[in-house]
Amino acid sequence: MTGTVIPEILIAICLLMGALFMLVGSFGLLKLDSPMKRMHAPTKASTLGVGALLLASMLHSFAFDDGSLHEILIMAFLFVTAPISANFIAKVAIHRGRDMPTPEPPKDQTWSTLDVPAETGSPDAPEAPVRG
Amino acid sequence: MKRAARSVFPHPFLTVLLIVSWCLLNNSFTLGTVVFGIILGFLIPQGTAAYWPGAPRGIKAGKFISYLLLVLWDILVANVQVAWIVLTRSNAGMRTHWVTVPLEIRTPEAITILAGTITLTPGTVTADMSDEGHCLLVHALDAASPEEVRDEIKNRYERRLKEIFE
Amino acid sequence: MIAPDRLYDLALVIAFAAVALAQILAMIRLVIGPTTGDRILALDTMVIDAIGMIVLVGLAQGTQIYFEAALIFAMLGFVSTVAYARFILRGDIIE
Repeated sequence: MTGTVIPEILIAICLLMGALFMLVGSFGLLKLDSPMKRMHAPTKASTLGVGALLLASMLHSFAFDDGSLHEILIMAFLFVTAPISANFIAKVAIHRGRDMPTPEPPKDQTWSTLDVPAETGSPDAPEAPVRG
Repeated sequence: MKRAARSVFPHPFLTVLLIVSWCLLNNSFTLGTVVFGIILGFLIPQGTAAYWPGAPRGIKAGKFISYLLLVLWDILVANVQVAWIVLTRSNAGMRTHWVTVPLEIRTPEAITILAGTITLTPGTVTADMSDEGHCLLVHALDAASPEEVRDEIKNRYERRLKEIFE
Repeated sequence: MIAPDRLYDLALVIAFAAVALAQILAMIRLVIGPTTGDRILALDTMVIDAIGMIVLVGLAQGTQIYFEAALIFAMLGFVSTVAYARFILRGDIIE
């Protein structure tokens, strides 16, 4: 019995940490008041939340089973794709939202999201790019 | 010899990545899976080599791994900080800023990794890039001033990526 | 003081409850979310919470067979988030 105490405590800590971060992520999604602020809560907390849960799953398989590492694949996939989907959602928020105007870039003409020719823009996009 | 190795494995990093992910997907490290992984790692880069002619050469692998470890540690610290800010600050008390980060690196792969790093670390999200690729638009959740965020990104991440890729 | 073998079961139950609550909170944002970006973000969060739930079910039953389900959820969630965002941005998914 004593051989399994330390792994169990470690697994329990990982589980609680992951679940807590997931809860904080969703709580932040509900609490924060502007679309760009809301970007911060889920994309970060949920990534570490899933990471800790998968770590718990790996520890469990090593402590009580043959051991498996394939949870690393899910973790790596989420860590690679989270910035991309966050970037797309941020572009939607910039394109559609008017809550926080973007600053002008110092050297170039404009930001690439706002550089849309009129005919390919989405049908209900604002007529002119939102400027500060 | 080096040229022969280059023509058999045009993208050595992709080959290693394919072997490792094949073994992980099968969840076994026996000789059979490794051999089949090597076959896949030979066939897939050969078949897709035409689609990425300008892949970067001479990436410093040791520095890249130490960069990955640094980013993982920063993600951990960052998550705790953001969770604390979300739980304790009121909405009006957060000092959100748009930060413009001028870029010195020009390699597309390096800029992609920098943007991904910024999004994964605490309180900052890469929102956009200027249309000619000279600066990034970053949104900071809680920062004393935009200059502080910009200097930290430039000193902590961009300098290392410049060493890795150029 | 709880016995250590109960500690793990207790942590599992608490984790289930927390992830389920997170799922509900994200669903509230999906319903009320004023802008389209918020709704996409809420859907993305719900996919990630669902992956966590699948991992927890696998842990509770002590099997590895849910691994593929979690991986496919991760892939489909990413693709659908990008497709939604792209549709909003361009009015078209494949140009």
